[in-house]
Amino acid sequence: METPERTVMERMEQGTAPPPDAEIPAAHTFEVKNLSIWYGEKRAIDNVTMDVASNAVTAIIGPSGCGKSTFLRALNRMHELTPKTRMDGTVLLHGDDLYSKTIDPAIVRRRVGMIFQKSNPFPTMTIGENVVIGLRLNGVRNQRFLNERLEKSLRMAALWDEVKDDLHKPGTSLSGGQQQRLCIARALAVEPEVVLMDEPCSALDPIATAKIEELIHELKAKYTIVTVTHNMQQAGRISDYTAFMYLGRLIEFGPTTKIFTNPTEKQTEDYITGRFG
Amino acid sequence: MHLSRARSHTWRKIKSALASGIAFVSAVLVITPLGLVFFHLVINGASSLNWDFFTKLPAPVGAVGGGMVNAIVGSLELLALAGIIGIPIGVLGGVYLAEYGSARLNSVLRFLADVLNGVPSITWGVVVYGLVVLRFKSFSAYAGGLALGLIMIPLILRTTEEVVLLVPNGYREAALALGVSRWKTIVHIVMKTASKGIITGILLALARIGGETAPLLFTAFGNHFWNHSLSQPIAALPLQIFTYAISPYDDWHRQAWAGALVLVTGIFCVNVIVRILTRGRTASVV
Amino acid sequence: MEIATAPASKAFGPPVSPRSVAQAMARPSRFGDKAFEWLTFAMALTVAVLVVLIGWELWHGSVLAIKKFGFHFLVTSTWDPVADQFGALPFIYGTLVSSLIALLIAVPLGIATAAYLTELAPLWIRQPLVSLIEMLAAIPSVILGLWGIFVMIPWLRDYPFAWLKRLFGWTPLFGGPIYGPCMLAGGIIIAVMILPIITSVSREILRSVPDLQREAAYGLGATRWEATRIAVLSYAKKGLFGAVILGLGRALGETMAVTMVIGNTPQIVASLFQPGYTLASVLANEFTEATTDIYLQALFEIGLVLFGITILVNLLAQLLLRTIATTSATRAVQ
Repeated sequence: METPERTVMERMEQGTAPPPDAEIPAAHTFEVKNLSIWYGEKRAIDNVTMDVASNAVTAIIGPSGCGKSTFLRALNRMHELTPKTRMDGTVLLHGDDLYSKTIDPAIVRRRVGMIFQKSNPFPTMTIGENVVIGLRLNGVRNQRFLNERLEKSLRMAALWDEVKDDLHKPGTSLSGGQQQRLCIARALAVEPEVVLMDEPCSALDPIATAKIEELIHELKAKYTIVTVTHNMQQAGRISDYTAFMYLGRLIEFGPTTKIFTNPTEKQTEDYITGRFG
Repeated sequence: MHLSRARSHTWRKIKSALASGIAFVSAVLVITPLGLVFFHLVINGASSLNWDFFTKLPAPVGAVGGGMVNAIVGSLELLALAGIIGIPIGVLGGVYLAEYGSARLNSVLRFLADVLNGVPSITWGVVVYGLVVLRFKSFSAYAGGLALGLIMIPLILRTTEEVVLLVPNGYREAALALGVSRWKTIVHIVMKTASKGIITGILLALARIGGETAPLLFTAFGNHFWNHSLSQPIAALPLQIFTYAISPYDDWHRQAWAGALVLVTGIFCVNVIVRILTRGRTASVV
Repeated sequence: MEIATAPASKAFGPPVSPRSVAQAMARPSRFGDKAFEWLTFAMALTVAVLVVLIGWELWHGSVLAIKKFGFHFLVTSTWDPVADQFGALPFIYGTLVSSLIALLIAVPLGIATAAYLTELAPLWIRQPLVSLIEMLAAIPSVILGLWGIFVMIPWLRDYPFAWLKRLFGWTPLFGGPIYGPCMLAGGIIIAVMILPIITSVSREILRSVPDLQREAAYGLGATRWEATRIAVLSYAKKGLFGAVILGLGRALGETMAVTMVIGNTPQIVASLFQPGYTLASVLANEFTEATTDIYLQALFEIGLVLFGITILVNLLAQLLLRTIATTSATRAVQ
């Protein structure tokens, strides 16, 4: 039987996951310090401090309502779209304060891309238009440049071979898994430094899920990836580091191998083993 | 005991059938005028329609013949003027209600738009008369277009708001997450996604004001000749129908029927287009 | 599978470095966002401006008449422009009576049709019927008036009016000679004009009644009509009342069709076979003929009275509809 524990052990033996005693590498993409977020009176994130390693996959797990999605959205200021939010603390991206008064949220989001739970290619656009729309709307007019980014992004999203002859077809004509990879291509086209993924596979069948997971593995060579998932098998398969959140607090954070085989906290162990309240 | 219960049950069944029958007759009565109006429009209008109707100016009083070409063109000019005023204000205002603002302010504005939708159309004529005609001392196409345009605003505003709200939030988030600014997201993603619905609302508003007469009586005023300047009175199809209908001449009555047939045909064409546009609307996104 | 860093650039000339992608994009402008928000806000604010503008313009246009005639304007029944005598009572009376007649006809028919459409009719008939009612709503008032003059009035005069006179001629309501254009004809044509709105708003109201209501009634063994009456109609009472008030608002302001069939005579008489006049009709007929300032002022004041009444009625309707119905009812309003 596939368990997260066995999966991470196998990956460690293959050398594709850091060992339990690995430190979070010094090359940080994000440094989150004392982050708290409120929706109205409700505190969704409670004083979280955590560093996100570069060119690695960091998974955030926890029961629904634990704040993992909010935390993810705080990394590119998407949570600000919800009315009446308030935040405290700092988030540094390669040393730049994302919440500095002088930085535009649009710039933050160009540097930190996001993939959503439900694939959402724009229904009025073709596959090709969907990929380059971010560049277009951000003022890129050069057609040669756009074509170049189009092919490159689709290749990176492992979709080029499947759609290269159908670029003029509507984005919504693709299958669910293809749509999600199209969304990944769309996000990669603006060349972000980080890709955030909010349960990217939860609406997909196992085969499409496997493809996305493989893609995530490929992408980490070039990008830092932070993903939220409620599926612990998936966290075990794809992530190098895992954070366990509960009630808005970061309970435990470390190499996935350690979290899944030998967690320090009792709450983490209960959740991993499915004994959670 | 058993017998009376059975009897009462039968009676209740009969009562139910009776009520259904009455409701059915009511429904038939409601649509009867539609059938009758159509029937008479076709009978009386078709026989009066000819090539002259679409190519000639009205004949002088008392003379037989002539047409309404100036009124048809005049109506189109008035619709264009109204559209220039009503469409941008209505669409952008609707976008504001759907995308920005606070819940309280928006509910007040929405409420006011609904109240405006209930204002009698003749009131708009009076207001524009005071605002434009008295000030410039002349009836004009501008005044008529303004009156119709103002009527369009709350209509388009509410339909636009409604269809923009139907656009799933995921599209907004996807665009914003690409670092696209809010206003470009709204214009290029949200409004584009809702464009079918927005256009539908605009077409319905145009069809509605295309048949309006009351607001034009003392703004556009009507004109038996070509309008050579938009600051002069202008003919409109509904106005011409009204003038001819209440005139004492048989030939003008025939022309009024012909005009009515043309006007209704135009309005129904727009409605058919709308129906085609909105087909399967519930199935797709917007 | 191609790896992310694979040189996809061979066919495209020099490779694009990540930095150059960021540089190729324009800086986001906060000005654009602010400007667009303010622009749309200004457009949305137009509705508030328009409400104020209507009120102010009508007041401004009639202030002399208001000062001169005062409250008497509303209760005087002489309308004689030649003698500078202006009293709006016949028009107020005509507006109220014709609207009342219209409601008496349109409310039962409209609500029964709405109940038929949502509860009683076979499913296949519903959508076509709704489409037909929407088509009726799309017919311009002036065309209904044209039909009223040349088709409806001659028929009414020869058949229903003649019967009514024979049966009820002894009552003041149906006494006197039959001219053709009259208060009753005006009321009937208004009824036709407001039937679509009353029907479609009522239909939305009935549709918003939770299915649980119906199921409960059927569960108790109710017949179709009993379920409709007990579970649906009584549940939706308040909303239906809102639909009626909304219809009243439209009836009060209805202009062209009623102007063409009501006879346009400012008088207050009991007989419905006698011509009448409404606030909207007098505006339609006399506005361009107003030769003196005070005449025009009096007409503006008529407009103000009409606006005042319809605003109040519409406010009431909106309040009634807002509390229960959702957007679906407001959609039907348009």
